[in-house]
Amino acid sequence: MAVVRSPLGRARGMGSSKHGVGHFIAQRVTAIALVLLVLWALAAGISLAHGDYDSAVAWLHSPLNAGLACLLAFAAFWHMQLGMRTIIEDYFAKAGTKGALLVLNVFVGWLGGALTIICILKVALAATTGVNT
Amino acid sequence: MADATPGLRPRPVSPNIQLDGGIWRWHITMAASIFHRASGMALYLGALLAMAWALSLAAGPDAYGAFSELAGRLIGRIVLIGLTLAAFYHLSNGIRHLFWDAGYGFKPRTATNSAWLVILIAIVATAAFWAVILFTGAA
Repeated sequence: MAVVRSPLGRARGMGSSKHGVGHFIAQRVTAIALVLLVLWALAAGISLAHGDYDSAVAWLHSPLNAGLACLLAFAAFWHMQLGMRTIIEDYFAKAGTKGALLVLNVFVGWLGGALTIICILKVALAATTGVNT
Repeated sequence: MADATPGLRPRPVSPNIQLDGGIWRWHITMAASIFHRASGMALYLGALLAMAWALSLAAGPDAYGAFSELAGRLIGRIVLIGLTLAAFYHLSNGIRHLFWDAGYGFKPRTATNSAWLVILIAIVATAAFWAVILFTGAA
């Protein structure tokens, strides 16, 4: 249907401009969370690199470690999905290619985040009796 | 219009196609911006590798051992060191971006200096991180 309205009028009225800021804010809030979580993860990575399977399992049995690891996965997969979306929108002009990549990016983000968090919870919540201490 | 007539000054061209003697030059702030995007894309793959680590841990000792063995090989080390560099760079340059979002650090001199600072921090932090991993007591 034809709506007679200038681009400026559309932008001032009810255009997409009111919603675009959601991406901007989410990108920044996840960035701030990731500053702390990534520094924590890098520090943890040093001890994990020195340890074996049992020590990694024991590490995730700490509720604090498991909780922060889940938050890290959530924030990281969200943040990277937002960033990759911007890259796809910048470099792919063809609607079909762009749309397909944007959907793929969303799927990768949610699938990766979900799988990672489920793995963390599986290890964290498993009974400790089976683990060789 | 391909060949210039002798005696005439060369026609002005856009900055991006002035190959030499033009007003265009490479700026460290541009490199810092490109590195930010490149390191972000690298960390996209890094997150998927972290997911593979979590999957191997959930799958059991054999899978975790296979992942650790691969990570300990030369190719694994190269990838992990590269990802550490990308992480420290994206982290520190991300903080630089947050300062910009708050309205600070836009003076050309400040932006140039902070670009160099971020690159320096990324390299030093990566070297220190791997020095700790490789040269402190392995369990």
